[in-house]
Amino acid sequence: MNWVEIGQNLLFALSVGSLTLGLMLVLAGAIGVIRMPDFYTRLHAAGVTDTLGAELIIFGLILQSGDWQTMAKLALVGLLLFLTSPTATHAVANAAHRAGQKPDLAHFRPKHPRELQDPEAKA
Amino acid sequence: MVYGLGLTAVLVVLWLVLSGSYTLSGDHSILLVMTVVSLAATVGLAVRMRILDRETVPLAPLLPLLTYWSWLGREIVAANIAVIRLIMKPDVDIEPRLVRVPVDLRSGLARCVFANSITLTPGTVTVDIENDGFLVHALDNSFTAPEGFAEMALRTDVASDGKREEA
Repeated sequence: MNWVEIGQNLLFALSVGSLTLGLMLVLAGAIGVIRMPDFYTRLHAAGVTDTLGAELIIFGLILQSGDWQTMAKLALVGLLLFLTSPTATHAVANAAHRAGQKPDLAHFRPKHPRELQDPEAKA
Repeated sequence: MVYGLGLTAVLVVLWLVLSGSYTLSGDHSILLVMTVVSLAATVGLAVRMRILDRETVPLAPLLPLLTYWSWLGREIVAANIAVIRLIMKPDVDIEPRLVRVPVDLRSGLARCVFANSITLTPGTVTVDIENDGFLVHALDNSFTAPEGFAEMALRTDVASDGKREEA
């Protein structure tokens, strides 16, 4: 195995690692959307998906692509996502705010099932 | 004039990258002819509509904006880790906040970049834009430090409008 092959394998490993990490971030964002209590906090969880998650996946794909034209196109897609996703998030948040959706600003901390099961333990 | 030339240069590069054909003698010589026609039409329309200015063709602040983006990238990674920690905790323990961030920026471009940066950083979303401040919703009260917003505002201001003269 010469140096060129070692370099190619390293790039492949980096690409797979980046794709895996991106997928895990997207998954974390989806779980967050389910777990968060109200509209605005869910928006934050979705933000994880469309910033670092999407960009890492695109970075991994750039390393996989091979020819420069595909790379350039993927980089343009990444730039477009970088510029448009906050705009879309702001549009959604602003629409909810104008429609009168009130954010839930209370300290959110649901009880653990353990605490619910035996109320005597705490008292 | 400078903006028109800048727009033309950017569009030529974009077209060549996306189409990938550079020669008149190839199979798709019509492509290059169409390049010239469509570019002339686009730039001509933009010039006639008088929408070419510092904001629509941001070539002058391009380099400062790129350095600002690299700083923003690090911030985004840090904020992502913080948000993921909050949402993956076994007990969800958050304290959402709606805060007003005072904004003293010199141009519309800087305001736009600042609002987008706040939204792009996970954990904070710009909800409403007012004359002298932004309404920002934060996932937890650990994201609402005024110093963080002030530093980001200063960096956006310098990146989009150059160094600020000390008053």
